[in-house]
Amino acid sequence: MSSLSLAVRDSSTMVRRNLLHVRRYPSLTLNLLLTPIVLLLLFVYVFGEVMSAGIGGADRSAYLAYLLPGLLLMTIGSTVVGTAVSVSMDMTEGIIARFRTMAIHRGSVLIGHVIGSVLQSVASVVLVGTVAVAIGFRSANATALEWLAAFGLVALVALALTWIAVGMGMVSPNAEAASNNALPLIVLPLISSAFVPLDAMPGWFRPIAEYQPFTPAIETLRGLLLGTEIGHNGPLAVAWCLVLAALGHLWSKSLFDRDPG
Amino acid sequence: MPSPVMPTSKRSGGPQRPAAVSAAGLRKSYGDKTVLDGIDLHIPAGSVFALLGPNGAGKTTTVKILSTLVGADDGRARVAGHDIATSPQAVRAAIGVTGQFSAVDGLITGEENMLLMADLHHLSRREGRRVTAELLERFGLADAAGKPASTYSGGMKRRLDIAMTLVGGPRVIFLDEPTTGLDPRARHNMWAVVRELVTGGTTVLLTTQYLEEADELADRIAVLTDGRIAAEGTPEELKRLVPGGHVRLRFTDPAAYRSAAGALRGAARDDAALTLSIPGDGSQRELRSVLDRLDSAGVEADELTVRTPDLDDVFFALTGGTDQPFEETSR
Repeated sequence: MSSLSLAVRDSSTMVRRNLLHVRRYPSLTLNLLLTPIVLLLLFVYVFGEVMSAGIGGADRSAYLAYLLPGLLLMTIGSTVVGTAVSVSMDMTEGIIARFRTMAIHRGSVLIGHVIGSVLQSVASVVLVGTVAVAIGFRSANATALEWLAAFGLVALVALALTWIAVGMGMVSPNAEAASNNALPLIVLPLISSAFVPLDAMPGWFRPIAEYQPFTPAIETLRGLLLGTEIGHNGPLAVAWCLVLAALGHLWSKSLFDRDPG
Repeated sequence: MPSPVMPTSKRSGGPQRPAAVSAAGLRKSYGDKTVLDGIDLHIPAGSVFALLGPNGAGKTTTVKILSTLVGADDGRARVAGHDIATSPQAVRAAIGVTGQFSAVDGLITGEENMLLMADLHHLSRREGRRVTAELLERFGLADAAGKPASTYSGGMKRRLDIAMTLVGGPRVIFLDEPTTGLDPRARHNMWAVVRELVTGGTTVLLTTQYLEEADELADRIAVLTDGRIAAEGTPEELKRLVPGGHVRLRFTDPAAYRSAAGALRGAARDDAALTLSIPGDGSQRELRSVLDRLDSAGVEADELTVRTPDLDDVFFALTGGTDQPFEETSR
């Protein structure tokens, strides 16, 4: 078997294993989904009027439209925390040692986690998006191409954050540590343009929000779905994702290639 | 194209079979702690080889190195004809490993664990199902096949572990303390499994801290202590290495005891207990000579016991006394 077909075959086996874990133990995934959905309902139905007024909108549907792109990317951040936890739990299991002594594609263990997590992230985003549509979100006449690009962006962000989360999971000795280490992935969206526009933030804080990876991705997604100005945010978002994915991949791989204690 | 077998060495007696595992000068340190300090091994194909030693002797590290899990700092080894350092994937394709700690996926069922192994060995779906059903049946797990592996008892997990190891039909199997933590029945079942494997031509390297287990199962035993092999041979050869065999005679009549002591010069006397110990190898000839001398002295012992050295004697003689600390360490 060629090394590429070996890689594909073993990786797909590992993806099936990870999806089986998710199907058997859906509670972790559902818990992580709860946060974005509760935030969505809270910010639309409880704070919606005030927030809408804050961004100069007519009613709460204006804020729903503003909020959703950021919340969708926050959903990814929240889902990959689960990935960090399951990677750290997996690495303490004896089965990983077994995989290491089998003639399988060496990268397949991590690739299985990554692909499984990206699929899970996309499914979670679709679910949160469906809730948003159900409570009144409508895109501003986005074309099929824009929808496709939006999907692509979601998948790319998921890929980047997943590789980082896998590395975080691998350096964490247990599930609690993994969940703590992955906290920045939840906190970063809170200090981005997800909830309030950059120009509503204090001046000293604005650069922090502006130059972190979430903001360009949020602005790009907002542009694709709502027709706002994308500008330099598009290329910036893609660049951030590629750099994070590459760094996360190299980091995780070097951690995996170390001799286990 | 590497040759399928190692050139055979000429150090041990008997007909030489090709080595399934051979190692020379394996060394490994963790920080400034030397775990393996030069290990040489020669394990003929189709035999059971036991690495016997106390906790922390380096048994698990040896298995980890030979199974390509960790690299050695120094030394060379070939497993199933392949060099562990230069062609680890070829080694992995020929071996099966059951580690000390359960290597099953607890989140999925026993059957799913087996099918996962079948997929990773690139068996067809049909072949995978057949092998899975067969092995689950053979290891008494058919009824529990649909339950998550995390709900299994220790013995069941260990059986599932071995069953998973067998999916690819490995030629060399490493079993790291296969019976630690098992109850006596499960332990005997595991022994039966190991014996069955070898009749099928598989080579087994097992580690154990139980002398009885090594004696029961192994064709050859290496006693490992402080990262070195202190002795190696068949169980019988090892037992011959140490003194400890004797014939013990006990008397109730002090007069008979004194006559016997007079007839058997060289016996160790215990005047208080009225017992005599005659050192020896416990052979029939030696026993007859003792009895002859007692007969000619006209005395009869009230109790006669023959004690041959067992592996406990060997073990304690080689690993440095009976006060060997058996603290729990995992390495």
